[in-house]
Amino acid sequence: MVTLGDYLIVSGILFAIGFAGVMVRRNLIVILMSLELMLNAANLSLVAFSRFQVQQSGLPNYNAQVFVFFIITVAAAEVAVGLAILVALYRARQTTDVKDITSLKF
Amino acid sequence: MSPFLFWPFALLMLVFGAAVVVNRNPVASALSLVVSFLGLAALFMSLDAYFIGIIQVLVYAGAVMVLFLFIIMLLNLRAEEGRQVSWLALIGGIAVALALLAQILYVIHNLKSAHQAFPPLTRSTFDDVRNVGLLLFGSYNLPFQIIGILVLVATIGVVLLSKREPR
Repeated sequence: MVTLGDYLIVSGILFAIGFAGVMVRRNLIVILMSLELMLNAANLSLVAFSRFQVQQSGLPNYNAQVFVFFIITVAAAEVAVGLAILVALYRARQTTDVKDITSLKF
Repeated sequence: MSPFLFWPFALLMLVFGAAVVVNRNPVASALSLVVSFLGLAALFMSLDAYFIGIIQVLVYAGAVMVLFLFIIMLLNLRAEEGRQVSWLALIGGIAVALALLAQILYVIHNLKSAHQAFPPLTRSTFDDVRNVGLLLFGSYNLPFQIIGILVLVATIGVVLLSKREPR
């Protein structure tokens, strides 16, 4: 029997993997991919809670699924803008390594 | 959902999610991300959220991943080589992520409803596109239009950012 906790644990592990990717990796593209992993982990727990709260009509709570829909839209826009910034940065500096981008470092 | 389907798809998603972080080659990372998203879409379908599962495949495994692969090919990125790994940053990052994971697991363990199975649905959710759409155009009409503006702003921003400046 699969419980709500199983889905939440899988979602938490996925979030931790994405977080470790953001902390450890230095390639900006891989950091963006890890951000996507974290967003999707949040989506998974939202959908799990949506299915857990069955309403009077016998259907899952669709408010959470609308929220997931918004998150997916914002994430797609975020990836487009992030990759455009990456291309502009590569044009200026010929690198995607965060170690080489220290202009704002104090 | 039967555990015989849940655990294989959850493992698939987690293993390939870890492969995204571990792989040194960006192309391999992007392809691992596709497989991870497909596993996640299967988990969404197992939660009777068919619409979200299909959107996941279309938007992430389709559009977003093509964008990632396109940029990787455009910039001609190679695997990171020759640079030594900074062990302090590596150990620090993994330690912080593990601490976060421990906190999440602790919270889930103390959540009472986390140990209950999912209550059965009395109606089929095959028409959940209709239900999500009714909510989107009903209660969430204003946020839906704001999202439209956001996508427009993002499109204009991307065009402006990638335009070559005249010298």
